[in-house]
Amino acid sequence: MNDASLENVVPSELPANEEVDLATIYRESNISSLLDQLDRELVGLAPVKTRIREIAAFLLIEKARSQFGLTAGAPSLHMSFTGNPGTGKTTVALRMAEILHRLGYVRKGHLVAVTRDDLVGQYIGHTAPKTKEVLKKAMGGVLFIDEAYYLYRPENERDYGQEAIEILLQVMENQREDLVVILAGYKDRMDTFFQSNPGMSSRIAHHIDFPDYSGDELLEIAQLMLEKMQYQLSPPAEAAMREYILLRLAQPHFANARSIRNALDRARLRLANRLFSEMANGGLGKNALMTLEAADIRASRVFQEATEQQKQ
Amino acid sequence: MRITQGTFSFLPELTDKEIQAQIQYALNQGWSCSVEYTDDPHPRNSYWEMFGHPMFDLKDAAGIMMEVNNCRKTFPNHYVKINAFDSTRAIESIRLSFIVNRPKDEPGYKLVRQEAGGRTVRYTTVPYSADKPAGKRY
Repeated sequence: MNDASLENVVPSELPANEEVDLATIYRESNISSLLDQLDRELVGLAPVKTRIREIAAFLLIEKARSQFGLTAGAPSLHMSFTGNPGTGKTTVALRMAEILHRLGYVRKGHLVAVTRDDLVGQYIGHTAPKTKEVLKKAMGGVLFIDEAYYLYRPENERDYGQEAIEILLQVMENQREDLVVILAGYKDRMDTFFQSNPGMSSRIAHHIDFPDYSGDELLEIAQLMLEKMQYQLSPPAEAAMREYILLRLAQPHFANARSIRNALDRARLRLANRLFSEMANGGLGKNALMTLEAADIRASRVFQEATEQQKQ
Repeated sequence: MRITQGTFSFLPELTDKEIQAQIQYALNQGWSCSVEYTDDPHPRNSYWEMFGHPMFDLKDAAGIMMEVNNCRKTFPNHYVKINAFDSTRAIESIRLSFIVNRPKDEPGYKLVRQEAGGRTVRYTTVPYSADKPAGKRY
């Protein structure tokens, strides 16, 4: 094995009067760059970031303790992420795999994202092998179960979801050092899910709630997304975007960052269409190709509906 | 008589940690592992029983160890081996195969001489355990 796990076969213990340098451990783990990146790329989400910092600090201290031969067994790091759509649950799960890998908690640090379909079979005897196969793939990394509450369907007593849950529980308990399970879903439905599966709830140490974004945070997210796609907003377009976000927030089915991304995608379409129709006006500069104008955003259905409502 | 088949068979029994390290090596090479078992240790018996499907797309040896331990629990007194298959074009074959579990008592082989025409002698080996029907040998 070419990774760190083989070095742990014979732990060399430090004598009790020695001291470990926490700063060195911190530097060696490269965790600070990862946490900074998290701060930079994820807007808002204060409770989530606090919890990640806590976990990182805890794992570093565990590492320091292990140098003195102080062992407390592998801590349980299974998590549940609850929050409305588009609040960044999957993104954070991906980062979490990376963080846990850097801290040496999981050996490989890959993320296996699954839903009910990947775990639950269609006929008797189909579920256990399916769930086990997924678990085996996730070993050494993080298993991310999206919309985990679909696993449990109380209305159908012959549903095979329960079987998948039982296998999951067994592995979550017995092979804590081999994988981390993250369950994600909407808050209210996850709460019902945990109420009907107390075993699941008690095996998850970290329940993290993802708050909705405020208008300002959404605008910041929009700008981050555009930066990544190499677009920019002209100043009037930025004002339009701000207005758009506030109007959209008030409408039903708002999916936070996901809605923003969709809005930006549509604005890009309109930009392309506009540039196409102005073809006769001559050549295009780099700026014209990457700048979204106010008109591209104001053409949105959201603004039309708002004016219609005012008329009524 | 301790049978010697596959890689590492002339070494002392590998510990679980060593087995896991070997599996991890195979996975790091991009090979896929599978677990097989048998109660017929004849060297020409190349078709062992598959224990579950071969495992593709695994990153960490813990998943395969889980299956190995499962197989040991189900067949504590059988031979169990791990195969690592390399799917590289033009290789497409087993690259590593080693025994990870064996019966407590291995009676070994009987040498059978057959007299053929013209005082020729033909030799063959038969495992003592093969006298009993499959499934009742160890």
